[in-house]
Amino acid sequence: MPRPGPATIAAVGRRYRIPLPALAGVSLALVTGALVLVFFVVPNDLNQGFSQRIFYFHVSIAFTAYACFAAGAWKALVHLWKRDPNADLESYVAIHQGVIFGVLVLVTGSIWAKISWGHWWLWSENQLVLFLVLFLFYAAYFMLRFSVDPGPQRANLCAVYALFGVVLIPVSFLAIRLAQKFIHPVVFTRHGANFGGWMLVAYFVSQAALLSLAYTLYRLELSGKRLDARLRELRRAYA
Amino acid sequence: MNYFADVRALARKDLLLELRARDTLPAMLLFVVAVFVVFHFSLPASSSDLAANGLLWVAIVFTALLGLGRAFVPEREQRVFDGLVLAPSDRSAIWLAKSVATFVFLALAEVLALPVFALFFHGVDGSTVAAIVLADVGICAVGTFVGAMAVVTRARELLLPLLFLPLAIPILIGGVGASVVDAPRRYLAFLGLYDALFALVCWAAFEYVVTE
Repeated sequence: MPRPGPATIAAVGRRYRIPLPALAGVSLALVTGALVLVFFVVPNDLNQGFSQRIFYFHVSIAFTAYACFAAGAWKALVHLWKRDPNADLESYVAIHQGVIFGVLVLVTGSIWAKISWGHWWLWSENQLVLFLVLFLFYAAYFMLRFSVDPGPQRANLCAVYALFGVVLIPVSFLAIRLAQKFIHPVVFTRHGANFGGWMLVAYFVSQAALLSLAYTLYRLELSGKRLDARLRELRRAYA
Repeated sequence: MNYFADVRALARKDLLLELRARDTLPAMLLFVVAVFVVFHFSLPASSSDLAANGLLWVAIVFTALLGLGRAFVPEREQRVFDGLVLAPSDRSAIWLAKSVATFVFLALAEVLALPVFALFFHGVDGSTVAAIVLADVGICAVGTFVGAMAVVTRARELLLPLLFLPLAIPILIGGVGASVVDAPRRYLAFLGLYDALFALVCWAAFEYVVTE
């Protein structure tokens, strides 16, 4: 069997316009900016005091996690629709990021609940409960993925399951809202209307910081996985 | 009309198979009664009827899971799947037929389970029965779908509950809500919405589960 040269081995992965180091630099700057704004610039919340500052991270992380799940589902759709060979790995990596950020939502939400209401876990917090359901759902995604041999069938199963996720998110959200009616009639209100000025700036900066951090991690993970796949391919070719 | 003929033929095959082998339904019946007895001893004497209502839903979901775990076993063992996929019919017919057959098993199990529940705990009202019918549709649609996914994996029986339970949480919320509140219409509507939404997604996506 003739040995294929490096040129004949398919270069996997697409080219991106923004190089990874530049992206990492932007993320670093934004995260630093967000930390400075949140800890030194924004005023204390009238009701909750200093601890309310976790809001800037908690909510931004939650939004970022949703964005990751949405990206994963979009890539899954691209896989099923256009049979793009990169889409399966991209969908998986996006969901992986989503699960990491989802766990962070649970952790930050839990800390906030402990400080504000004295309990580590509150079933009356819709956002926390929803993320618990999503965590269970996407943890099963990994079980599914690692229980099937790599190949087109695995890509299909994972893509279909990822698409289920975007249907499950709004349905679960609605269901958890409905459940409050018979499980916890009391609804906490988080903050008043005095939300403006630096608070808004700090929120948007931390949101941008976490989104760009998530994208950087996504690209990093993706390039690592591609390198790994390429190496394995080369090893097989020269074995 | 051809589509529905396919569905009917496939569902008929499952029902006939069950009628002759009697694999699934007796197991589901025995399981649900055993679960009720377990629940009786796990409820302290002072607990309310509401708690028993919640447990009824747990029993339904787990009994369904038992049936769903068996749903694709004949296809896997005899390699019928390959034949079905090769057959000149729409692949979603396989899902629909299996959902119909599972629905029939689950409904039959519940026809016995609800009187037993009434005997052991307390009677069930009309809104609970309506919620159970609506929930069964969702359970069978989604459960058959993830059952077909689980059966091609290495973990198989292990994976089905992991895939199914997070998806079943909204069903449980709708069902328990409908059976414990005074005005259950919202919860029934929610169950209907769940059924419609997920049935549509399953119908559209099943093709990709069985093909490469």
